[in-house]
Amino acid sequence: MPSPRCPQDGAGGSGDRCSREIRVRACSRRALRAAMRLRLPVRGPAALKVLAAAAAAAAPVELQWGSPARERAPPGPGAAPTLELESGALLFSPNAICQFFFLRRGDASTDLGTQWLEWEATELQPAATTALYGRLVLGRTMAEAVGVLREPLTHMEQSLARTGTAFLTGEAPSVADVVVWGTLFPVLQEESSVPAELPALRTWFRTMTLSDPCRAAADTVLVPTALSELTSHLRQQPGPRGAGAGAGAGSGSPAPSPASPPEDEGSERVLTEAEIAAATDAWARGAAALPKPWRPQTPVLPVEGMRNILITSALPYVNNVPHLGNIIGCVLSADTFARYCRLRNWNTLYVCGTDEYGTATETRAVQEGLTPREVCDKYHRIHGDIYAWFGISFDYFGRTTTPKQTIIAQDIFRRLLARGFLLQDTVEQLRCQLCCRFLADRFVEGTCPMCGYGEARGDQCDKCGKLINAVELKSPQCKLCKGVPTVNPTEHLFLDLPKLQQPLEQWLELSWASGHWTPNARHITRSWLREGLRPRCITRDLQWGTPVPLDGFRDKVFYVWFDAPIGYLSITANYTDQWERWWKNPEQVELYNFMAKDNVPFHSVIFPCSLLGADDNYTLVNHLIATEYLNYEDGKFSKSRGVGVFGDMAMDTGIPADVWRFYLLYLRPEGQDSSFCWSDLMLKNNAELLNNLGNFINRAGMFVCKFFGGTVPSMVLAPEDKRLLARVTLELHQYHQLLERVRIRDALRCILSISRHGNQYIQVNEPWKRIKGGEEDRQRAGTVTGVAVNMASLLAVMLQPYMPSISSAIQGQLRIPPDCFVLTHTFTCTLPHGHRVGTVSPLFQKLEPERIEALRKRFGGGQVSFQDLD
Amino acid sequence: MAAAARPGPGVEELVLLEKLLGLPKGSKYGVQGERKVPVLQTNNGPGLTGIMTIAGYLVKQAKKEQLLGSTAEEKAIVQQWLEYRVTQVDGSSSKEDTRIILKDLNIHLEDKVYLAGNIFTLADILMYYGLHHVMVDLTVQEKEKYLNVSRWFNHIQHYPGQNTEGCSSCGRICGPFLPH
Repeated sequence: MPSPRCPQDGAGGSGDRCSREIRVRACSRRALRAAMRLRLPVRGPAALKVLAAAAAAAAPVELQWGSPARERAPPGPGAAPTLELESGALLFSPNAICQFFFLRRGDASTDLGTQWLEWEATELQPAATTALYGRLVLGRTMAEAVGVLREPLTHMEQSLARTGTAFLTGEAPSVADVVVWGTLFPVLQEESSVPAELPALRTWFRTMTLSDPCRAAADTVLVPTALSELTSHLRQQPGPRGAGAGAGAGSGSPAPSPASPPEDEGSERVLTEAEIAAATDAWARGAAALPKPWRPQTPVLPVEGMRNILITSALPYVNNVPHLGNIIGCVLSADTFARYCRLRNWNTLYVCGTDEYGTATETRAVQEGLTPREVCDKYHRIHGDIYAWFGISFDYFGRTTTPKQTIIAQDIFRRLLARGFLLQDTVEQLRCQLCCRFLADRFVEGTCPMCGYGEARGDQCDKCGKLINAVELKSPQCKLCKGVPTVNPTEHLFLDLPKLQQPLEQWLELSWASGHWTPNARHITRSWLREGLRPRCITRDLQWGTPVPLDGFRDKVFYVWFDAPIGYLSITANYTDQWERWWKNPEQVELYNFMAKDNVPFHSVIFPCSLLGADDNYTLVNHLIATEYLNYEDGKFSKSRGVGVFGDMAMDTGIPADVWRFYLLYLRPEGQDSSFCWSDLMLKNNAELLNNLGNFINRAGMFVCKFFGGTVPSMVLAPEDKRLLARVTLELHQYHQLLERVRIRDALRCILSISRHGNQYIQVNEPWKRIKGGEEDRQRAGTVTGVAVNMASLLAVMLQPYMPSISSAIQGQLRIPPDCFVLTHTFTCTLPHGHRVGTVSPLFQKLEPERIEALRKRFGGGQVSFQDLD
Repeated sequence: MAAAARPGPGVEELVLLEKLLGLPKGSKYGVQGERKVPVLQTNNGPGLTGIMTIAGYLVKQAKKEQLLGSTAEEKAIVQQWLEYRVTQVDGSSSKEDTRIILKDLNIHLEDKVYLAGNIFTLADILMYYGLHHVMVDLTVQEKEKYLNVSRWFNHIQHYPGQNTEGCSSCGRICGPFLPH
């Protein structure tokens, strides 16, 4: 069991002592929206040029001195000025900011202007930084400083003399002049510092320095105190690098950060002042700062310029009821991730369906006295009902036995045939004389030729995971009649995998470089490739399947593992006629495949080979997410032995679907096998859901109702509250970091951690006592209640991928506006002062030991027998 | 000024860009100074100096101005990332520098498809060139750590116009942007 990441230490960690207040400027913010916000952290050259440019181009800016808020911090150490544009984008390069002021006034950029800007950034700035450092920090003379600048100054002189113009790009000053002057002025300061042998430069420098915008900027930036400030700033920076290196300290474009915080730190680390300021700032922005939730049209189709995410979960085999392990392994994991993607405003399509062809269906039909089609209809409905109960948010849940499947599978087959990727061969296949049929792989059992496991199936050994050719099984047995099958020859078609191995490996290299593949998926695939691929049979002697469209094979069908993954495409095709925009569009689409690890080779090797061979610009998997196995109590789920909880039974337990979802996701076999355990389910429900999460959300809402008549009170944030905001923001960032890597189980801990902080916060501040106190105490009770109920609002959104019904229950109780159901990296106040909440009631129920014991007995194994069905 | 020395990586990159833009071959390049800054000979005047400058000029020659951004905002953002490329990326000299660049970009690309947001620009192309040698050498863990950069890199690599044949020299399936 993973240890909880969050011990007792609360928001008031030891390093938080220094909470120097950084300007609260929330109120002024919206009023000044028309102006662009220009922030200048250091009174240095970058500030100088940016201010001069703003003045020269008459740009309306709202000036702010000091360090940027953390969540808007530009790349680098934060010494660079930043300009927040009307669109919300951020410029952090002083030169780009200057250029923007001129562009916005209507001055087009020219090649010559760009050339000066590039020269300034790559040649002049490093030299000027060295010179300035020498002057201010090392106490060098002006002559030495000018010596450092000799080469660039000479370059300017030559250029001005050659063109004979007054300014760098012509007869009028341009952005290039301002930018270059801004870098030179702090070093040279006076016209007389420019060597006499550079007369054209001298004149230019004087003209610039005397111009109104430059003079005003110099007066603002280089005030007497600024020099010491700049000196101490330079002193903190690493010394400038040798000549020719990139931009140096403090001179403009972001220099390397001397103290980047270490990454992947735990949530208990000490908060920095900047983080606290940023969180406070984000909070004050309120719901208006959130992007509008993206609501795609139906059918969902890729949108140019958006992240287009296509999610599949492995197609469950139709002829059985899925157990909890199947559910967490594919559909529930994929659902949680799909919901997360939608909350991130990524354009997302999630498809799945039942895999219906194959012998197992034929056999089940015989047993139940139905046709294969009727069996599929029946079980497709059962699957659909179970997933609907679990709240799986498929955009489309289809099936593989459709005309589209035939069209698409046959098309891929014909393309493979035309490109020479199919081989024909005679196969020795097991035939049961008693049943009068060739035996499908799954209908043979025997001893694994690799590891000696006694119950290996004809296609794969469950113990060692290796794929098996049925005829290689030792002591094979017909699974239906237990007779001994004999080997008979039959003609079959093979996918020429050896010929496709090289393109496959090239593609894998790319997919692994850029995509997220779970370690087990990489490992399994690598071991397959290491052994070398062998031709793999894609046809079978059956009736219930996609017919093979080739003379000589018309009485055969495609092998289910050639056919089934094509189901992803045909299911999408049944959803929309424009399915190719998802499946033949690798440029725009990112594909995530979810599955249990036994399905990996089919998704990472065989299916990609089919698509690479068919060569029609198919979307291939970018991210392959495979779970390990979920065990039941101490053994395996077993359909045949009736051990474990199956989807339809979960509905009958009286435990709500969201609690099942929570527990399965909490246990998700991420990285290693895990075990479903009844007493642990009870423990997690009572400890985490009831006492932690439910308790916090309920208390927060209840205080609003009881003490403030159902209206969110006004909040006056104290340092302690701000630290809490930063702490929550940190957890939120961690949550995103984990979910982006599809670490679904770990991200759930962040949610629980936030509510744990929330409980502690309420406990320490005791709003129920303060509400009875004086004015100050009542204000404090209001603030704590307001912050807590807003945390509950954030939790409702973060929880949505995991527990959608609970999330919408919280939404209803607190009346959270639907537009707040979007996830960003900031924790903002979505329920402001004056917001009315609804009726608040408990979200979870306690599970009693007697009830759990009864359930354990009921599902322990043996009693509920699926044996008769199998 | 422009020495006729061996072309540096900057020139190679510009030649690739010309090809990508569909410009005719035959531009004359030189290099200048210690850093081998590319110089493009033009019909008049002293020519153009610097990768950013020349790349912008080529884009205009090819009448693909949209790659430089349409609005003042977009243009400034494109310039900013081009500058970042020629100062920070080209100026990086240690593993630590590279780490900071990847970290910065990873944060920046968190909620963006391209460097300039939703539009593909010259900044993506030049950043791709500049980071290519770094990206191909990343370990699996590093690629995972800089997930957004990896996604962006992959995305640029597959930008329409890619050739899907393995590259004759490196054997990889690669986009038209790939320098060697």
